[in-house]
Formats: sequence, C-alpha cells, structure tokens
Amino acid sequence: MPGNKTDAIDVRNAVKRYGDFTALKRISLTIKDNEFFTLLGPSGCGKTTLLRMIAGFEDVTEGEILLYGDEIESLPPHLRPVNTVFQNYALFPHMTILDNVAFGLEMRGKTKAAARKRAGEMLELVQLSQFAARKPSQLSGGQQQRVALARALAPQPKVLLLDEPLSALDLKLRKAMQLELKHLQRETGITFIFVTHDQEEALTMSDRIAVMSAGKMQQLGSPTEIYERPRNMFVADFIGETNLLEVSVDEVRNGRAVCHLGGGHALTCNSVEGIGEGAKVHMSVRPERLFMSDVPVEAESLKGRVAENIFVGTDISTLVDLAEGPQFIVRTSNSDRGNKRIFEPGSEIFVNMELGAGRLLMD
Amino acid sequence: MAHVNENIKSYRGFRSITLLCLVVLYAPLVIVTIYSFNASQSITNWEGISLRWYADVFTGPESEKFKVAAFNSFTIAIIAATASTAIATLAATAMVRGGNFKLRTVSFGLISLPLMVPEIVTAVATLIFFNAIGFTRGYMTILVAHIAFCIPFAYLPISARMQGIEDSFEQAAMDLYATRRQAFTRILMPLMAPGIISGFLLAFIVSLDDFIITNFVKGAGVETLPTAIFGSVKQGIKPNIMAISTMLLSISIVMVTISYFVSKSDNTK
Ligand SMILES: Nc1ncnc2c1ncn2[C@@H]1O[C@H](COP(=O)(O)OP(=O)(O)OP(=O)(O)O)[C@@H](O)[C@H]1O
Ligand SMILES: [Mg+2]
Repeated sequence: MPGNKTDAIDVRNAVKRYGDFTALKRISLTIKDNEFFTLLGPSGCGKTTLLRMIAGFEDVTEGEILLYGDEIESLPPHLRPVNTVFQNYALFPHMTILDNVAFGLEMRGKTKAAARKRAGEMLELVQLSQFAARKPSQLSGGQQQRVALARALAPQPKVLLLDEPLSALDLKLRKAMQLELKHLQRETGITFIFVTHDQEEALTMSDRIAVMSAGKMQQLGSPTEIYERPRNMFVADFIGETNLLEVSVDEVRNGRAVCHLGGGHALTCNSVEGIGEGAKVHMSVRPERLFMSDVPVEAESLKGRVAENIFVGTDISTLVDLAEGPQFIVRTSNSDRGNKRIFEPGSEIFVNMELGAGRLLMD
Repeated sequence: MAHVNENIKSYRGFRSITLLCLVVLYAPLVIVTIYSFNASQSITNWEGISLRWYADVFTGPESEKFKVAAFNSFTIAIIAATASTAIATLAATAMVRGGNFKLRTVSFGLISLPLMVPEIVTAVATLIFFNAIGFTRGYMTILVAHIAFCIPFAYLPISARMQGIEDSFEQAAMDLYATRRQAFTRILMPLMAPGIISGFLLAFIVSLDDFIITNFVKGAGVETLPTAIFGSVKQGIKPNIMAISTMLLSISIVMVTISYFVSKSDNTK
C-alpha cells in the first residue's frame, strides 16, 4: 500500500525481535508533518528501539517504515534524511564545536567553507557562537546538548529524532531547554520525534503523545486527551497521579455508567467503549477533581478520614483513608483555598467528585 | 577506632625484596651502560670516560658488519611494524565492532596466543613452515616472520583503545550522512590514533629486539643487529658491544616511553 506523502513517518505493524525476546510488538503509528510527537513510556518499553529503527541503526524484524510516503526500512542510516540527537550527545571529541556542526553538511557534499558558514549560523541560533573553536569536553552539559541539537538540525533533516535529550540536565535547565526545543521546532518547521519517560515533559511539549509499555502502544492522542481520557489502567496510572477504585458496573447509557463499590455505595461516572453491564473494572479520578467537605454534597460523596496533609508548593495533597476503599489523594490548589476546605488529620470527612470527574478504565 | 594498616608497604621484608628485584633487573643494564663509556680495552678495568667504543662501532673493524645489520634491523622493524599495525587495526575493528559473531573468543585466542607460546616453538615452527613451502631463507623470511609475530603486540593496545570508544560516535557520523568508510576514516581512526601509534611502537621494538626467531629464519650472511651482536660476542665480549647495546637500549627506552605517553593521552574525553 503506497504511503501518504504528507505524513512524516508511517510505522506499519513494526515488530522488533532480539533472539526470542520481542522488544516491539506490532507497533503502528502515523506522525504528521511538522508535528512535535512524543514517545512516552517507562524504561525498557522500546522507545529507543523504535527510534533507532527509524534512524536505521536497528533493522526491522517485520513491518514497514515510511518517510513521506517512501519505504525506508532497508536504507542504511546515511541515506535517510533523518538526524538524531543522541542521549549522550555523541559529539566528536577530537573536533571543534564548529567542525562538529559542519560535519553533516560536509558529508552531504557542501564545501568546507560553505559547511562552516552554515554551521556558524546554526551555532548562532543556539547561542553558542563564542564557543565555536572549543572542543566538546570544554563545554557544560547544557551547552553540549545545544551543540548536539545544532549539529542534528544543520543539514535540515526531514525528521529530527531526540532520545531523552534532556535527561542529563538539572531541573531548571531542563525547563528552559523544553521551551527552547519547542521554539526551535516551530521555527524550523521540522518534524520532531521526542523520546522521554517523563510524563510531565511529554505533556508540556508535545502536539501528540504515544504512550507505550512493554513494546505495545497503549494510547495515542493529544496531551489533553491522554490526561483527561486515559483509555486503560496503564495510561491513567502512568500519566499524572490518579486515584483508583474497584467498581462493578450496573448500567451503561450514553457514555455514562452507574456502578457500585464493594460495600454497595453507588456512583455515576464516564464510561469507555468496550465496558458492559456486570463488568468488574476500575474507576479513576484525578486528585485535583476531588474536594472535601464535612457533610456529603454530591451523590458521589465517599466517607473517609484524613490521614495526612502534604504541602507541595503550589498545592496541598491530602491523603484520605476511605471507609469503603483504598487511600485517596485529594489535591487542593493554594489559589483555591478560598472555596475549598482543608481538614486536620484525623477529621472524619467526605470526599466529593466533581461532576464527570470519574472515568471507567479498561484493564 | 583502631585502624588496621593493610598497606602492603607495612609487610616485613617488602622493602628488601623490592630492592633485590630492582638490582637483579637493572644492575646489568646500568653496568653495561657505564662500561660502554670506558676508555680501556678491557671490559672490567675502568680507565676513565671516553667515547672511543662508540666511535669504534661506526668506524672500527666491525663497523661494516654493524652498518649492514642496523640497516636490516631498522628496515625490517619499520616494515614489519607498519604491516602488523595495519593488520591489527583491521582485526581490532572486526573484533570490537563486528557484533557478537560466532568464534569471537576463538579469534581472540588465536590472535593473542603467540604471546603465550614459547618463542623457541614459534621459531622452529616458522622455520619448518618456510622449508615446507620452499621459501629460501634470507631478508624476506625474516620480514615475513616479524610481521606475523608482531601482530599480537600491535593488536593489544589498539583493541584496548577501541573498546574504550563508544560506537555512538560512528553511529552519529553515519546518522550525519557519512558512509561506513567515512565514519571509519573521519571518526574512528583519529580516535584510535593513540592506540595505533602505541601498537606501532611496540611492534617496532619487538621486531628490532628479536633474536630467537630471527636467528632461526635468517639465511646465511643476513644479519640483524641482535644476531650480529650475538655473532661478535661468541668471539669474546669487547667494549664496542657494550656501546652498541647501550644505543639499542636507549632506542627501546625512548620508544616505550613515547608509547606509554601516547596511549595515556585521551582524545575521547
Ligand atoms: N541489542 C539488544 N539485545 C537484546 N535486547 C535488547 C537490545 N536492545 C534493547 N533490548 C531490549 O529491548 C527492550 C527495549 O529497549 P529500549 O532501549 O528500546 O528501551 P527504552 O524504552 O528506550 O528504555 P529507557 O527509557 O530505559 O531508555 C528492553 O527490554 C531491552 O532490554
Ligand atoms: Mg532509551
């Protein structure tokens, strides 16, 4: 089947096996032109493997990879118009910063002078012009990171692959680089495929996110979709914090489900496709969509006792032991303190869900 | 808290054993070096400092023989070191970068085995081999034998170096449109340079100093410095032998020192 010329990358039924271990189990995904796309998942789920298959460092056991409509899975790396920012940067230690950035341009047939000129412009773009004559070992981690970025962007690849490029940086620098990366992506119009295991980073930077686990695709969607409408237990648990309750489904109608807890307490929440009456599933509710009161205010109010209040800067997390269920986390933003109450540990209270906050999940 | 001193220096007798070893190892070298500057005909009486035996090496009755031998030794050492270094570099590339191929351990064993085999065995085997294929003994047989036994010496520093170079550098190069060959010449070779130089120097010294194998495979009338020195010594030790030995020793020391510093310099950081 011919590919779509406007899709940057089209991965079709890709399988990767190392001996009898299957690292990727039939992954299919389409990455659009000009998109900031993130592969998100816990360590060992196969993100790097997928990225290396796109770059050409790993062969594809089964399936196809298309780049703007052309099959590339059998091309060697140097014939793929795709560049990589390596996790450890892999800057050439024996070359100056300028020569590092000029390398790809030279290999593409530019004269040394032309390559250096363009490399100089790239260094300006990442604000490192004054370091052009230095060797990589004479730069800080953050600076090396930007050189790696400039080097990979200089030959104007069609797709830029970034394998956890920010993981070695401290929090503050990481935040700054997140913005810078996002800017660069907008400015250059190059499709970025970004790998991270940091869900917060993925949510802030991406146009779309593919959540992976154990070599399988769990969910693909925009940050809002993934955060607000996780498809299954894994996604709900991996993205952000969530509270889980075991429930039995009594009735499903118009995307809403009526269910009950083990003790019989009834709840109404959002359902997802594939869950029918009688199913025993989990319901998830985000901590920030809960609030506490001393009398029940909603039908979904759950009785509990405050165990602890944890101050985390912008908000307060309250741990509540439910009478009919596990421990819940309730998050109250400091800016909300006017209309939401905080209770002392030991207080008998009710935890209330905002309307539509609860969601059923597939296992 | 009582601190138990585990330092090896605190063992009784450590100092004297160390001294004994050093004396046994180096006293002969020191004596040869000193007596090479002796003005006397005799090799045991000291009669003052002179360079006459050094002059004798270059102009004396045996100078012709030494000149030819030195020429043979140096040309063989240079060619053998170059060829074995090239082979060792390719072997190291295949071994370190070739992935996990079958027989990898066997290959490594085969490459480094000659270091463990007694030299006399190698010498006899090489001689038998040359006879079997009807290779007339002479300069060429020495050269071929030297190339062969220098390979493991060149291989060790080169592969050690290569193991320290992550393959992400070559991958980055290929990602940036370099062919496999360009990645090798532009990235891997410069990073391996210290290992290669060090391997070359080691092979050079081993070839220059070799006696046993050379003595077996050389033809009549073809001498290298070690075999020429041995030939002279058989007629009695004269001070000119000490002078020439001291010169060989200095070359070795210089080479080994360079090799040490080059292999320590690190351009991957
Ligand atoms: N060369 C290999 N041989 C065998 N197994 C491998 C090889 N490379 C990777 N794997 C396995 O494949 C799985 C996926 O690895 P991968 O490096 O893609 O994970 P990842 O998602 O990038 O993890 P991380 O976040 O830790 O970098 C892991 O279980 C890993 O052990
Ligand atoms: Mg990885």
